[in-house]
Amino acid sequence: MKERKTALGADVLLRVEKPERYIGNEINSVMKNPEDVNIRFAFAFPDLYEIGMSHLGIQILYDMFNRRDDVWCERVYSPWPDLDRILREEHIPLFTLESQDPVRAFDFLGITIQYEMCYTNILQILDLSGIPLHAEDRTWDDPIVIGGGPCTYNPEPIADFFDLFYIGEGETRYDDLFDLYRICKKEGWTRKRFLREASHLPGIYVPSLYQVTYREDGTIDEFRPVADDIPATIKKQIVTDFDRVTYPEAPVVPYLKATQDRVVLEVQRGCIRGCRFCQAGMVYRPLREKSLETLKKDAEALLKNTGYEEISLSSLSTSDYTELKELVNFLIERCTKRGINISLPSLRIDAFSLDVMSKVQDVKKSSLTFAPEAGTQRMRDVINKGLTEDVILKGAGEAFRGGWKKVKLYFMLGLPFETEEDAKGIAHLCQKVADVYFDIPKEERNGKCSITASCSFFVPKPFTPFQWAPMDRAEDFLDKAHIAKDEVRTMENQSCIRFTYHEASVSVLEGVLARGDRKLCAAVESAYRNGAIFDAWTERFSKDAWDRAFAENGIDPAFYAHRERSADETFPWDFIDIGVSKSFLQREWMNAAAASVTPNCREKCSGCGAKVFGGGVCYESQN
Amino acid sequence: MRVRIKFSKNGSMKYIGHLDVMRYFQKALRRADFHTSLSGGFSPHMIMSFAAPLGVGLTSDAEYFDLDLEEAKSSSRMAEELNRQMAPGFRVLSVREIPSDKGSKGMTLVAAAEYEVRLRGSVLPEDCGGTRISELLGLFLAQKEIFVTKKTKKGEREIDIRPLIYSLSYSDGTFSMTISQGSSNNLKPELVIGAFAAFAGVSAEKSDMMIHRKELFADRTENGTHHFVPLDELGTDIKEGIDS
Repeated sequence: MKERKTALGADVLLRVEKPERYIGNEINSVMKNPEDVNIRFAFAFPDLYEIGMSHLGIQILYDMFNRRDDVWCERVYSPWPDLDRILREEHIPLFTLESQDPVRAFDFLGITIQYEMCYTNILQILDLSGIPLHAEDRTWDDPIVIGGGPCTYNPEPIADFFDLFYIGEGETRYDDLFDLYRICKKEGWTRKRFLREASHLPGIYVPSLYQVTYREDGTIDEFRPVADDIPATIKKQIVTDFDRVTYPEAPVVPYLKATQDRVVLEVQRGCIRGCRFCQAGMVYRPLREKSLETLKKDAEALLKNTGYEEISLSSLSTSDYTELKELVNFLIERCTKRGINISLPSLRIDAFSLDVMSKVQDVKKSSLTFAPEAGTQRMRDVINKGLTEDVILKGAGEAFRGGWKKVKLYFMLGLPFETEEDAKGIAHLCQKVADVYFDIPKEERNGKCSITASCSFFVPKPFTPFQWAPMDRAEDFLDKAHIAKDEVRTMENQSCIRFTYHEASVSVLEGVLARGDRKLCAAVESAYRNGAIFDAWTERFSKDAWDRAFAENGIDPAFYAHRERSADETFPWDFIDIGVSKSFLQREWMNAAAASVTPNCREKCSGCGAKVFGGGVCYESQN
Repeated sequence: MRVRIKFSKNGSMKYIGHLDVMRYFQKALRRADFHTSLSGGFSPHMIMSFAAPLGVGLTSDAEYFDLDLEEAKSSSRMAEELNRQMAPGFRVLSVREIPSDKGSKGMTLVAAAEYEVRLRGSVLPEDCGGTRISELLGLFLAQKEIFVTKKTKKGEREIDIRPLIYSLSYSDGTFSMTISQGSSNNLKPELVIGAFAAFAGVSAEKSDMMIHRKELFADRTENGTHHFVPLDELGTDIKEGIDS
């Protein structure tokens, strides 16, 4: 048998940490003969292999693309700094895992953009591939660089680096794009002509075909296409018949332990809840479920084809899945006798979920997670988190009586309209949870209880009711964190309560990039040149590289992060139509100010606009 | 029932670390729908033990693990079903029944290993300072003691490796050796070649060596002489009749 070639020799692979990141050959990875395909697609996740291999989106599109005989889709991840250095020193071009061929020779380089802190890694991938960083400098010697994923709901801070963006769910329009590309190659179009034609496809945004002018105050004056044939708004593309959408029955199984080392069963997409801080809750509207039958069939196939020892249900709010009980019972039946674990994240803590969890995990060791997000009821009403103190305390009580003694509570600090009382409220809520524990007769308690309150800093995101909100400054965050922490220390059972909070400077940068405009492209590039890379890794994050980058380009980060936006401001992302209307978001922003709760999609339609897609929860009651 | 599975690991799969190989086989066994015995508790695991973990960068024709099964098929059928689940570079060579007692575990029994080592490029020229490698090797082995520095977790210490080398020869660019392997007196092939290179007046690092494991042996010493038996020979084939 012919031995599989690797782009890197043993001299390199044995010098780097975890060479398994770079050799491919995983179970279910797809090999094709390059001679037999018309389109070679390199799919990049701009972070470490172990992170990227945990991502469901790539697996879905990898499988879907490779079902086409004319396409070979391969994967590429960010080389860790140890290999990064060697590739630069030895002039080795970045390569894909399957064929081990240089990325630059591909037809497409698709980059999934999951979080803002990976922006410099996008430049690393382009740079190591030998592809010009700026789309305008590319020729047919370079692939078409296309971005997708959640961050493309505001692609402007990275617009210069992409030929195309795909706005929406990948399952819907790639076939059209590939077909167009084949025509382009057959007829020998120029790159410009291809991009122009691609701009006519629904959901495809070609940043170079739009012009932005700014007002003196730095806000956008006008954002418009350069010609009449180019659409002024880009409509997000979504799957309407979610039950029949393509799903990878045989996802690639890494040798290395990925961050999420399990089979993922996506039960639904979208969310009915309408939490006002949550971008996913808005951009993935409307909620669309898969049928129980489909999920049973998928689960069976996934386990059989991967051999994983754990299966996880994935969605924004799994408790809202209508046939959850039946699904979970099926999985328990199928899995437990074969030694397969079931993991159930994002479940509301109630009698049902506790009963299920007691069957699938070790109660004594595991901890239960609540996400009140805010410490007071008023604040939870501001953010429209439909979780009341009663519900939390009742859930905690049932959990403690069920044998659990470890509880985690997730909070955000820096939310709009937050006061000192709200920060202190975090401590008070923790104490109330402790009270519930100590109300249980001593002989029925299960050792000492442990309550962990973990705080992250709120980052306002595009397409949420909080897109108008000023973000707290790092020092405000820390003040509030200290207020909450000091308050915890005055609580009766403070010895049971652990209080932790996240790094503030990374959150602020995330805030700048999340609501940034095209002017930020220069800063992203400078930050990369200043050595910023793997910014999402706290120990690698260099605030200095970014501070210098903003200074070098005359950019004031506060303009993006801390400024309150006026109601009539044109946002950099306004050209995208997510179905949910700006007027709905504005209404929700007002409701937030009034701490007024909006019912969820199943209780009452609030007319957000997502009904235009013609499917999902909007039409549930009409069936 | 306990079986011993022998497999090979070649090509780029030499970069897969031992723990990941273990996880890889657990998944392969589940894909092949093997009825493995499981430990109790909330995260039950297969009862599986490797005879001698292989370092990253080494290839092998003789990796072994012992596995407890609830239900077995014939040896040939089990090997075939597992091979359907292998990635290129891995190949299951045999599945044989072994006794279930503690003393029969591969990990306990392994006493020696056969390796082939090739050196990259011109680290050790054929005509090494006027003396041929094979002649030098004779002189090297004729020494009563060969002291090398062994790095351990506690630091460095000097050990005499001569008694741990059972055979060592050279032909056509390849060193072949049978050396001590196991929980006590574990000798690594790179240490042997490193010592020989030093004896020849050159320096050879592990990264210069292509190391291939050929076999793992139990020692069935009789009358004071080593009698090395490959680990798979200690098992017996499960016959066809068992398949339905």
